Amino acid sequence: MFRRFMRKMSVLAGVAVLAVSGAASSADTIKIGSFLAVTGPASFLGDPELKTLQLYIERINADGGVLGKQLELVHYDDGGSAGKARTFAKRLITADQVDLIIGGSTTGATMAVVPLAEQYGVPFISLGGGIPIIDPVKKWVFKTPHTDRMAVQKVFGDMQSRGLTQVGLISGTGGFGKSCRQQALDQADEYKVEIIADETYGPKDTDMTAQLTNIKGADGLDTVLNCGFGQGPAIVTKNYRQLGIEVPFYQSHGVASKSYIELAGDAANGVRLPAAALLVAEDLPDDDPQKPVVVDYKEVFESNFDQSVSTFGGHAYDALMIAVEAMERAGSTDKAAVREAIENTSGLMGTGGEFNMSASDHLGLDLSAFRMLEIRNGDWALID
Amino acid sequence: MGKLMNQRTGGLGLVAVVIVLLPWFLPNIFYYDVAIHVGINAIVAVGLNLLIGYAGQISLGHAGFFGLGAYGSGILAGTYGWHPVLALLAALIGVGVLAFIVARPILRLKGHYLAMATLGLGILVAIVLRAETWLTGGPDGMIVPSFEIFGWTLMGETTWYWIVGGLLLVTVWLALNIIDSPVGRALRSVHGSEVAAQVAGVDTTHYKVLVFVISAVFAALMGVVTAFYSGFITPDLASFFHSIEFVTMVVVGGMASTFGAIIGAVILTLLPQLLTGFDEYEAMVFGAILMATMIFLPKGLLPSLAARLRKGG
Amino acid sequence: MLAEFLQYLFTGITIGATYALVGLGFAIIYNASHVINFAQGEFLMIGGMSTVMLTAMGVPLPVAILLAVAASAVIGIALEKLAIEPAKDADIVPLIIITIGASIFLRGVAQVIWGKEFHALPSFSGDAPVVIGGATVLPQSFWVLGVSIAVVVALGYFFNRTLIGKAMIATAFNKDAARLMGINTRFVLMLSFALSAILGAVAGILVAPITFTSYDIGIGLGLKGFVAAVIGGLGSGVGAIVGGLILGISEAMAAGYISSEYKDAVAFILILAILFFLPSGLFGTRGAERV
Repeated sequence: MFRRFMRKMSVLAGVAVLAVSGAASSADTIKIGSFLAVTGPASFLGDPELKTLQLYIERINADGGVLGKQLELVHYDDGGSAGKARTFAKRLITADQVDLIIGGSTTGATMAVVPLAEQYGVPFISLGGGIPIIDPVKKWVFKTPHTDRMAVQKVFGDMQSRGLTQVGLISGTGGFGKSCRQQALDQADEYKVEIIADETYGPKDTDMTAQLTNIKGADGLDTVLNCGFGQGPAIVTKNYRQLGIEVPFYQSHGVASKSYIELAGDAANGVRLPAAALLVAEDLPDDDPQKPVVVDYKEVFESNFDQSVSTFGGHAYDALMIAVEAMERAGSTDKAAVREAIENTSGLMGTGGEFNMSASDHLGLDLSAFRMLEIRNGDWALID
Repeated sequence: MGKLMNQRTGGLGLVAVVIVLLPWFLPNIFYYDVAIHVGINAIVAVGLNLLIGYAGQISLGHAGFFGLGAYGSGILAGTYGWHPVLALLAALIGVGVLAFIVARPILRLKGHYLAMATLGLGILVAIVLRAETWLTGGPDGMIVPSFEIFGWTLMGETTWYWIVGGLLLVTVWLALNIIDSPVGRALRSVHGSEVAAQVAGVDTTHYKVLVFVISAVFAALMGVVTAFYSGFITPDLASFFHSIEFVTMVVVGGMASTFGAIIGAVILTLLPQLLTGFDEYEAMVFGAILMATMIFLPKGLLPSLAARLRKGG
Repeated sequence: MLAEFLQYLFTGITIGATYALVGLGFAIIYNASHVINFAQGEFLMIGGMSTVMLTAMGVPLPVAILLAVAASAVIGIALEKLAIEPAKDADIVPLIIITIGASIFLRGVAQVIWGKEFHALPSFSGDAPVVIGGATVLPQSFWVLGVSIAVVVALGYFFNRTLIGKAMIATAFNKDAARLMGINTRFVLMLSFALSAILGAVAGILVAPITFTSYDIGIGLGLKGFVAAVIGGLGSGVGAIVGGLILGISEAMAAGYISSEYKDAVAFILILAILFFLPSGLFGTRGAERV
């Protein structure tokens, strides 16, 4: 502990010297810049994302690096704040002069940085969930997580097949919750469901019984969908059971991590959500083309860190693999060439599904990448 | 040194020299960016110091005015397409009027009650900015167009560096003049003992309101500058923590010291940038530094050091 | 209609009781030292997080709770000895910055020790809700209320019936006179920090099964506790309790009947409205400023 602290001290001294002398940029490494929400309300996103990036960059370097060069990760913690994300992204681009950026745990942080990536022309692979990141398409911006629109479509599809039409909606007021809520309102007609209650809660709220009481009182309620991530949905889930609401309960892919089940406890049983195959890696049929990738990532992550794998770390893995593969195909780290190579990514199997990008699609996943899961006995179960 | 600081022309000259010479030591755009943030914070701190340091009235809500300035100009210039100069003026006048309206009932309060009321005011602004998504873009912020004047677009770090540098000089000059004027003397009497000042015939409320409005407008102006400079604003600009940061700058640098406020702004802006190397220890180290400074130098850096210098030499 | 109203009311009373305990902590320290301890919320965090850690290590819940409360008291005393006492002559503003620095520091330490995730503490007696008039109440809510009432009664006895409690009140009333009467005011100051740390920790542990706990829950709860203390009038124990309940219930009603987005605004609108008409809160002492 003390040793580690001393190391940090020397790092600080180093930073101070750099601050005086100006950052020296070395041409013999490939610099990957990153800003993630490692602390703050979205830390459950940023934490596994950063761990994944560090771990895999180490592994890639041990295997000889990319294009004969070593990868170097330059990371800042944005705490989930869009304003900080922008400051750090500017630092990554102008001071650290990174070759590519992987980051933006949240939609908000990503959207704050999009104009910078576009202005300076730096390839930027976001780990944010919201659809506005890639729709409309931005020249330099890509993303790896499934969109909230896909999540809503998957959920509504499942509701339709169960004959549920009257939906109560409760969403967080953060960027993800707001965007997801908008998608739910937009997609409702298409799937012939009706939003009959529409409630929200703040990112730091500790009790949602008031909002859920309103939903419970809505006439003809068939089912409830919760758009949000963090501890909020876990509290919603507990309050849901407390109020004795009996109709089926759906969550978004924002809760696709073990910590949700741990927080909500027994209350989580019976909840359905769309998520990547990663969560049910071992349960996938052996002929599923995704199986080798997700099983491998899960084993590597869980053997290195004392925590369960989440889809969020998987998004960082996918982003890193897309970046590395693109650089190798481009044969250089020239930003324009790498950008074009990323855009031409095809058939790349990641933890989130098979990526097939194009000039009009900077995500490259389709609905088949999503699986509908149900929580049973405190674990994920595949239902389709 | 101590003497130089006491002489206002000398101090003002020193600030001017630093602003002019600094670019030679800034290796790239990032450091310009940091310098601009230092300048913006310094201007807010100098203004706030008039209220806290001289009039002895605490405010834990000045980030609210900062945020209103940023969003006011950003929304008028962006969403409604006003000319940036008009947007700027409207935002400043709006904040000035608001500050004037709330100043009287708020400044009636004393000590911790005043702290609570200003804190509440600032947080309310932040809550509204977060909630009214249709207007403000919600928690994730909004994009602000660039500032155009006479066919020129103010863009790039070097341009803004000189703008902020110039504004800082003007602000310091204004602050020094206010302090040396009858207004400043009246303020100091309010700080000493308000009742005594009232008995002596000073209209204390009038002066307190005046300086409250001035400091609010300084904060709002910097909100406007931040909005147009960075092109992106979030409700965090109005957050409780941002208010605390401003107060901390004033107190760490030295209350009732204009140049102390500048030094406080320099330290508080650079510290988080330097501490990024600490990763998870960052908050711990920052908190410890803050506590230690206030325990060992309760009057702030500059006054404490000046006192020590006088003693020694 | 009635069921909904009752639901909001029960929710409000539960969270209001928590605010009241935090507000009491503010009041006790304010009385002893005229310091507003912005690190008050961190005691909730320390109480909740220590209990979670200890139970995870296999310590039985009652023992874990006692240890966590004791640990908070020790940290409270350390805060007073290391940060407040050396700066006792400082102005109101530097003292505010010191306690804010302390809260950032404690949060930083907690984040290093316990990480950044949210943690859940199992409910003390199950999760099967009790139905009252169509509204549902968690058994944990009864724990929050029951323990809060017990704590308030115990505090009342302590301040009015014991010698040291009376000494604390005397110190709050006039420190110099108290010292002349032979009261060890430094001990009183230390005790007040220990007491309010205990109150904070108890509140933090009680709500952890309902709201979860993490390294940064102290910020929000601490601010609300401050509001509760000011609504009632700084330094008034009864005021803090009434203030906490008013705040909790109006928040729940606002979330239910008006808009959940503006739920957090309720606290601050309330405080501004009250201060505009009663500059010293509901139960605060009014009087001329001493010159």
